[in-house]
Amino acid sequence: MILTLCRRYRMFLVLFGVNIALLFLEPSVGRTAFAVTGANVLEMLSFLPPIFILLGLLDVWVDRETMMKYMGQGSGARGMLLAFILGSAAAGPLYAAFPMAGVMMKKGASMLNVFIFIGAWSTTKIPLIMFETATLGFRFMALRLVFNIAGIFLIAFILENDVRRHPAPAPREKEI
Amino acid sequence: MSTAALYLITALLLLCSFRKDRRKTRQALKKAWKSFENILPQFLSILVLIGIMLAVLDRETITRLLGAESGASGMAVAAVVGSVTLIPGFIAFPLAASLLSSGAGYGQTAMFLTTLMMVGLVTLPLETTFFGKRLAVMRNALAFLYAVISSVVLGVLL
Repeated sequence: MILTLCRRYRMFLVLFGVNIALLFLEPSVGRTAFAVTGANVLEMLSFLPPIFILLGLLDVWVDRETMMKYMGQGSGARGMLLAFILGSAAAGPLYAAFPMAGVMMKKGASMLNVFIFIGAWSTTKIPLIMFETATLGFRFMALRLVFNIAGIFLIAFILENDVRRHPAPAPREKEI
Repeated sequence: MSTAALYLITALLLLCSFRKDRRKTRQALKKAWKSFENILPQFLSILVLIGIMLAVLDRETITRLLGAESGASGMAVAAVVGSVTLIPGFIAFPLAASLLSSGAGYGQTAMFLTTLMMVGLVTLPLETTFFGKRLAVMRNALAFLYAVISSVVLGVLL
């Protein structure tokens, strides 16, 4: 039990060890690293619980037929729009989006929509856009937004095309 | 603010779910916990790695590397630093604003921000568990390519 725990967390333990070593070798860098990590862990713990509860609810309540109808193959522009809105309304960094995308794939959402969701989550989150306007100005924000939206769809189309030619292995059940 | 909204929506949905079917709700919560516990090791590793990186590459170092007159080499540095690290938006935007005010070009700043948000080498192993290696690598490579092209164009336009 403890052994499996150690194995699962070995990467974390190694990095944690590096950080402790830094405390002795380069005290100021080590301290900053711990402070940044601490702040990030707190931030993560603040937004992850609702995301994972939503993920659980999605998994239990939305059946395969519904997901396929709204976001599956042939859901067309409506499915793309839905994926885009869901991604943009999210909170949290991109890595929190991957488990969500995993459930969507398992339930039969098309890869195109999954990657639009991922793209929207990464760059067009609404609170972040408002923040960007405040810090960097409207012109910068608007131009980057236009470019990024075009990029999101372009990348999603290319990836979907590739999946068709090289079918992806189904995501491992245990990860989801 | 958005986190509060997220909690509110989640609480409402959870309440609806609970009133409709207790057993299913318990199942959903169990699934939520299991998914969370499954990727917790990777999340924690990512966070410690980001902490160390941000401590080494502090604001002054990044500003110096991307600062005034850094030109094409500044673009390259921005792309590399942005792709490796993964910094949450609420740190990234003020950092980008300070880059701009200390003389970095719009192109470098856009490159840094775009790769920061779309490309993540640190999170690639996590992404691979969900999409498979081919898709995860392709997505990052395409996002990187796109960030480079759009930032160069943006740098010329602004």
